[in-house]
Parts: sequence; C-alpha cells; structure tokens
Amino acid sequence: MSFIKPTFGHPALPKNKVGYRKKDYEGVISTLCAGCGHDSISAAIVQTCYDLSIEPHRLAKLSGIGCSSKTPTYFLSNSHGFNSVHGRMPSVTTGANLANKDLIYMGVSGDGDSASIGMGQFVHVIRRNLNMVYIVMNNGCYGLTKGQDSATADFGSISKTGVPTSFQAIDLVGLALELKASFVARSFSGDKQQLVPLIKLAMTHPGFALIDVISPCVTFNNGAKSTKSYSFVRDHIEATSALDFVPKEEEITVNYQEGQSLEVELHDGSIVRLNKLAKDWNPRDRQSALNRLQKAKNEGEILTGLLYMDTETKDLHRLLNTVDTPLNQLREADLTPSIEALERINQSFR
Amino acid sequence: MKPTDIKNPEYFHKVVDCQYACPAHTPVPEYIRLIAAEKYTEAYMINWDSNVFPGILGRTCDRPCEPACRRGRVEEEPVAICRLKRVAADNKGEVKSLMPQIPEEKNGKKIALIGGGPASLTVARDLAPLGYEIHLYDEWNKGGGMMRTQIPAFRLPEEVLDEEVNYILDMGIHTHFNTYVNSMKSILDKGYDAVFVGTGAPKGRDLSRLPGRKEGDANIHIGIEWLAGVAFEHIENVGKKVIVLGGGNTAMDCCRTSLRIGADDVHVVVRSEYEKMKASPWEKEDAEAEGVIIMNNMPPKEFVVKDGKLVGVLFGHVNPVYDENGKRTLVPTGEPDTFIEATDVIIAIGQDNHCPWIERDLGIEFGKWDLPILNEVTFQSTLPKVFFGGDSALGPENVITAVAQAHQAAVSIDLFCQGKDVNERLDPMVNLVSQKMGIHEWMYDSAVADDERYKVPHADQKFSLKDRRMEVELGFDEKLGFKEAQRCLNCDIQTVFTTDRCIECDACMDICPTSCITFTSNGEEEDLRSRLLAPATNLTQDLYVSDILPTKRVMIKDEDVCLHCGLCAERCPTAAWDMQKFLYNVTKAHTGCISTVK
Repeated sequence: MSFIKPTFGHPALPKNKVGYRKKDYEGVISTLCAGCGHDSISAAIVQTCYDLSIEPHRLAKLSGIGCSSKTPTYFLSNSHGFNSVHGRMPSVTTGANLANKDLIYMGVSGDGDSASIGMGQFVHVIRRNLNMVYIVMNNGCYGLTKGQDSATADFGSISKTGVPTSFQAIDLVGLALELKASFVARSFSGDKQQLVPLIKLAMTHPGFALIDVISPCVTFNNGAKSTKSYSFVRDHIEATSALDFVPKEEEITVNYQEGQSLEVELHDGSIVRLNKLAKDWNPRDRQSALNRLQKAKNEGEILTGLLYMDTETKDLHRLLNTVDTPLNQLREADLTPSIEALERINQSFR
Repeated sequence: MKPTDIKNPEYFHKVVDCQYACPAHTPVPEYIRLIAAEKYTEAYMINWDSNVFPGILGRTCDRPCEPACRRGRVEEEPVAICRLKRVAADNKGEVKSLMPQIPEEKNGKKIALIGGGPASLTVARDLAPLGYEIHLYDEWNKGGGMMRTQIPAFRLPEEVLDEEVNYILDMGIHTHFNTYVNSMKSILDKGYDAVFVGTGAPKGRDLSRLPGRKEGDANIHIGIEWLAGVAFEHIENVGKKVIVLGGGNTAMDCCRTSLRIGADDVHVVVRSEYEKMKASPWEKEDAEAEGVIIMNNMPPKEFVVKDGKLVGVLFGHVNPVYDENGKRTLVPTGEPDTFIEATDVIIAIGQDNHCPWIERDLGIEFGKWDLPILNEVTFQSTLPKVFFGGDSALGPENVITAVAQAHQAAVSIDLFCQGKDVNERLDPMVNLVSQKMGIHEWMYDSAVADDERYKVPHADQKFSLKDRRMEVELGFDEKLGFKEAQRCLNCDIQTVFTTDRCIECDACMDICPTSCITFTSNGEEEDLRSRLLAPATNLTQDLYVSDILPTKRVMIKDEDVCLHCGLCAERCPTAAWDMQKFLYNVTKAHTGCISTVK
C-alpha cells in the first residue's frame, strides 16, 4: 500500500500566476475507500485553487467529523486548516471569519455532519450569511460507521444493508433556498466539468455559498437501487445550465447560442456565463429556482448546477458593519480609545 | 482512436523503454529488481541469457538503454542501468551449474565460426547446448576479439573477460587460435554444415593522403592496431607528447592508454564540435578527468616532420554550418593554423569492414561499403550456408548489437541445419501476470524513490594512471547498488485497464501523480493528444485507449511519463486497473539455461 505520493509531476504542466504547480495544491494520499466520490471533490477543489491562482496561505479549510470531514487532509496541504467537532464546523468558521475576514473559508461537511448532528449550525450559518464556501459531500449514508442511512437518504433508496429507506429525506438545497441562502448549487462528484466552475463561482461569491455535491459511497451506497450511486445519478442527472466561469481580466472564449445564454457580472469583475438548459428558470429569481427544483423532484430527476445566486448580497461583516481591517490585526491602540476620545463620548451624553 | 490492442506483445514491450531500446532486449527492470533483492546470481543469469556478457557489458556497453530510460523524462538522469548490471556480475554466486549442459552425444552437424569476438561466441553459446560441433577460428591466441584487443584493461579487466569468454569456450568448443583464416573457400571445403562470419570491422581508417604521413610513419599509429599491440604487450610505451585524432570511444581509449604508458601531455583533436563527438559522454568525462585535453573544430592539415622525425601536427580551424536538411559543412574560420607538438600521433577516426579473405566467386555477394548482402532478419548471406553477425554484418556498431544479431543468426543456423525455413521464426516469449497480493498490496516495490543518480566511485588517479591494468571504475558496492536499483520505475509492471469494470469514478485520474490519465470523448490521435489533462507531446510514446465507456467517453493514458507507481490501481474500486508484470524474451536458438525468471 502506498503511503506517500511520488514527488515527480508531469514536467510539461505549467505553473499558475502565483508560481505554483497543481501538485502544490494537493494534500497527502487519501485514506478513504478507493473510488470514493469525496476524492473527486477534493481533486475539484485542487483544480479550482490552482486555476484561480489562490495563494495557499490565503485559504482556510474547515471541517467537522465524518468521511467528508477527513478530506481537508487530502487537499491544500499548504493552507490553514481546522478539523472541528461533529457538526460544529459552521461555528468555528464563524469565529475564524470574524477574527480574520481576509481569508477564503472553505467549509467541508457531510450529510451526517450537516443534516443530522449539525443541522442547527447549518441553518444558522445560512441565516447569518457568513462569507464562506460550504461544500456538503453528500452520499446518503454514514460511511465511517458502516453505512447506516443518513438524513439525506431518499425515501425508498436501498443501500448495502438491503432495506429501503423508510423516512423522507432532508433536501439541503431546498432548505437553503427556503432560508434565503445567497448562493445555492448542487453538483455531482463525477462531473468535474460542472463542479469546478461551480466552486470557482462559490469562492468568488461575497456571502454564504452552498454546494451540495452528490458523492457516491462506493462501499456502502453504490448499488443499482441506491439513488446516490454512480449509475443512478448519471441516469437521472439534469442540469440547470452549462456553466463557464471567467475570472476578471480573462478573455471570454466560450460562445453559446444567442437567446439561451446569460451573463452575470460578479462583484469583483469576474463574469459567469450560463447556457440555460432549464426553461422558466432564472438564477437570480429564488422562486423560479424553487419551482424548478420541485418540478425535477416530481419527475424523479436530480437537478444540478447553479440554482440561485444573489450577487448583491451582504455578508455577516457588512450586516454587523465591522471595520475594514480584520479584527485580528487591530492593535491595542486601535481598540482602546484615548482619554480624549472617552471625554468626547461622555460629552456627547450631556 | 481505436482501442489499444494490448494482446500485441509489442505494445507493452515499447512501454519498457530500456528493454525496447536494448538491441538484445534484455529484461532490464526484472534484473534490477533482483539486484535490489540481493539476488545477484539470478540477476546475472537473466543478463547472461539475453546478452551473454553481463560482466563485460556492465563495464563497457554503449548503453542505448539509458538515454531511453523513462526516469530521464521525469528528472535529470536515467537509472545507471549499465553499472547495475556490473553489480550483478560482481556479486553473483556460482553460475556455471545454472548454464545449459552440453550433450555428450552430438547432433552430427558441424559449424565453423570465423572470428572469436562477441558475435561468434554468442552463436557458440546458443548452438553448443543443442549438440552442434563448433569450430571457432581466431587470429589471436585467446578468444574475445575486439573486447580483448580494443578495450583497454583499465576499463575491462582481463579476468572478467576471460571468465565470460571461458564460460562459452568450456562448452566443448573446438578452438583454432593463432589461425588467421585467409580463405573462405578453404573453410567451405572442410564440409561444415554452416559457417558464421563474425570477424568485426578490423580495418582502422588512415589519413594516407595527408602530407607527412609517410615520412612520419614510425610515430604515427592506427588506433585499433595500436590498442591491440598494447593489449598483447607488443607495445610497451609511447612518447611524452601524444596527439589522438578522432572523437569516438576508440580515441578515448587511445588517449587514456597513452597516459598510462608514458605520455604526460595528451591532446585529442577532433574535426567536429564537442557535442557531436561519437564518444559516449561518460567516456569524454573520464578522459578529461584524467587530464586529457579535447580540442574541437580542428581538422588536421599536415603531419609535420623535421629531419625525418615527426614533431607535431598542423591543424586548421573550422566552423560547422548546417543546411536545412541538417547536412554539415565545415567552413574554415580564417584563423591562423595551430601547430601542436607531438612525439606520437594515434589515428582513431573509424573502422571499416574488410573481408579480402572471402573469395568473390563463392556466391557470397557484397554490396555498398564492401558489406555482405544479407537478409537483415535472418543474417543469411546470398550463399545459404553462410551467415554473418556483428560488425562484419551490417557495419560497425557495438558489442550488444553484435550479440543481438548473433542470437538471430544462431536461430537461422539451427533452422537451416534442421532443413527448415529460416524465415519461419518463433514469436518472442511473453507473459503478463497480475502483481496483486491483496487489497492495495503489490508483489513489486511500487514506491518511487526520489534519489538522484549515484556516481560510480573511481580509483585514485595517483595509482590508476600508473598501471594500465588497474580498473578505474570501482563499481557500485552492494549498498550503492541497492540505492541506484531503487531508482528504477519498474516500467515492465504494466498498467492494464479493463473497460467493462470501470465505473468512471475518476479516482485514477485524480490520483495520478503525473497526470497521465484522462477520461474524455474519443477523437483522432492528434486532437486527443492536445486535449489531455497534460498535453501528450512526446510522439514516440503511445496513447493507451480503452473501449467506449458507459458515458460514451474513453480512458486515454499517455504512457510517456507514467511512474508505474500503481496508484491508479490502488485507488480503483473495481480493479479496472491492474498492475501486471510483463515479461518479453526474445526467442533464441537455445533458451534452456535454467530460468530464474518467475
């Protein structure tokens, strides 16, 4: 068994704008089961950070407990990281973000970590619109404890246990839309062409961004009758749009048919181009997203892609009206008013 | 692209770059693994079976395998394959009992081998175990041919040479030493069932038209003749100042030999640029390390003779100019000529084939450059019972090429003597075996070592320059040999893909450290090469293409920089990828040596 990755890379692969090779964004070798969807998501995160030329020290990865929450070890070895308590990743991220708003926060969670033990944290972090990417690696089972059904397992879906799920599933995407999350998307670990631009978009979004990624558990939930297996998802996948993320100062090279394509300029000058596949859907209209999601559910389809995005959103810092300087950089002199200032304040109450 | 046909043995053979580049197709990674496992005897026998002279070649081979080594494409330097071969030879145990037994009862066929060099010896080794009565003729008093006469003892000790030559001569070969064959007719008249010519390229080129050549003759020598003279102790010393003309390996041997037998000021003067010299880079390095001065772009103009004695050589200065077709012309630079003082000059500017002893009315036809007209697969001449091999066959090459050709000639001779068609030859022996021992466990050491190429220790020049018999290279000891062996990427452990097991989870593509694997829509090769995860620009390396997968995509693997680390197979949930050891063995007339290859 291999414990370390070879250090050699492909000699012809280029470095990105900040001088790193894609390999520099990788982590140690994964200890998840071979073929785990989570590893594909890790690879998509690596690809995204390489493409966007993120300096590793500008990113913090945070996670809870579970197979999903082990993955930060397998990507971005040179970034900050915090493996927190089960279901408590959102509150740790909130603390970190409040202390230093200059970092990019990449939260990784799973269906158990978010939809069961961490549900309270999940809904509140949406409510607070914390500026972070929240990736749920959703496999519909508790893979780390022998594959019991999780709260996102679809009604009737059959995992390796052989017993159909008897409870209704929690749909994290529907819930997030209902809670007025400012960015909601769903994807599939086996579709990097969609997943990578979605993560890029989420990283650029100035508020809370949820990507619910269906990620098959090859060991416990990849049978023909599971709704979260590779084959079932591939057979039932439907996308809202083909997505193309064009970072600021880069040329637009993809051309879509007129009438179908939609360009959205982001707050930092980047552009997202969508080639709409779903009718009656507008990524900036929450109601249309909810309708479209419900329709797909009724038809037994799995709707993926960008569902909703509010480009004008205000994140927690703007809602709290904090100062521009990250709080952890404020020195004693900035935080302690002088005697004159105190005098001024007292005077104002007279 | 069409799915790759991995049932064609040449596909995976080509992936084993070193073995594919070796004229004899020695299974290199197989013996390197055995060296790492301290199984030196087994490693030696794999070599012996394939290239016949592991100890000799482990010191002197031209190593076509090393520039081909995949390691050289992922980092600076290839694995020191050649010197690892020597590790096997140096540390082996008893090997004679593993070599084929010679039947007491002969098969009634008599074969004559003309020349006692690597080609003839290889034929002898391949045919003797089959019961042939073999007669070997050579002009010298010992076997080995150019390996004895042209390779100086400081590169190849006599004991090593004798040992490996004697393994063959001890197979009951009838040797006719000190016998210069001067007539092919006389040989044919003796009624041999077949005759093999392995007489090499024995004629060193001269510069007979250069002014002063005749007058200075006493101190002007022909490289290969001079080296033979030194080897047989007919020549014991040389003057203080020596000029060697020529830039090949013979020139390097001449200059280094000169330093050992009296010269203290040695120049190698070459017409071409340094980079274009024919000598192997390591030979140049070793010569320069001993104080030889190499001068380039200087063609000789005149041997300067004063009072009937050679005093030096006059050289012009040129610039090489290449036209669009890469053809070189040497254009004089206009600089004044340079005179270099010399007591002796050695001319080492190449060798020619020379077969004046073969009468031209016997039915053996000759073509361009006085080379025999041959079938290049069977090495049969236009006279069916006469076969050629080595330098005398297709022109001067090297020992390993001679061995490879001789194996084929031996197959032909055997078929010919049995009255069979020499063109009906057996396919190579191939084998493909899974290396899986359990989940994530392989039978080979799959980890990739980071180590840079290790240097072979050399003897102290204080002593080595004083004794022409003292071997300069000390060879890797067991410890260094192990470390160097670990650098081998095990390219013979093939990545084998089974399309209908793949669930397209991308795990292999994600883990591959060198981004070799891509799942994408099919297309033409040129188009595919441009849109893989990493562009496949090395056109000498194939793309491994799967059948169409359920998502209508195909798996494409660029073989170019695959590390054979097995991670794709380790991360594959369905064993669609498997690591399988590929063994390719050229079919020889006799492959009956006790096989150590499992």
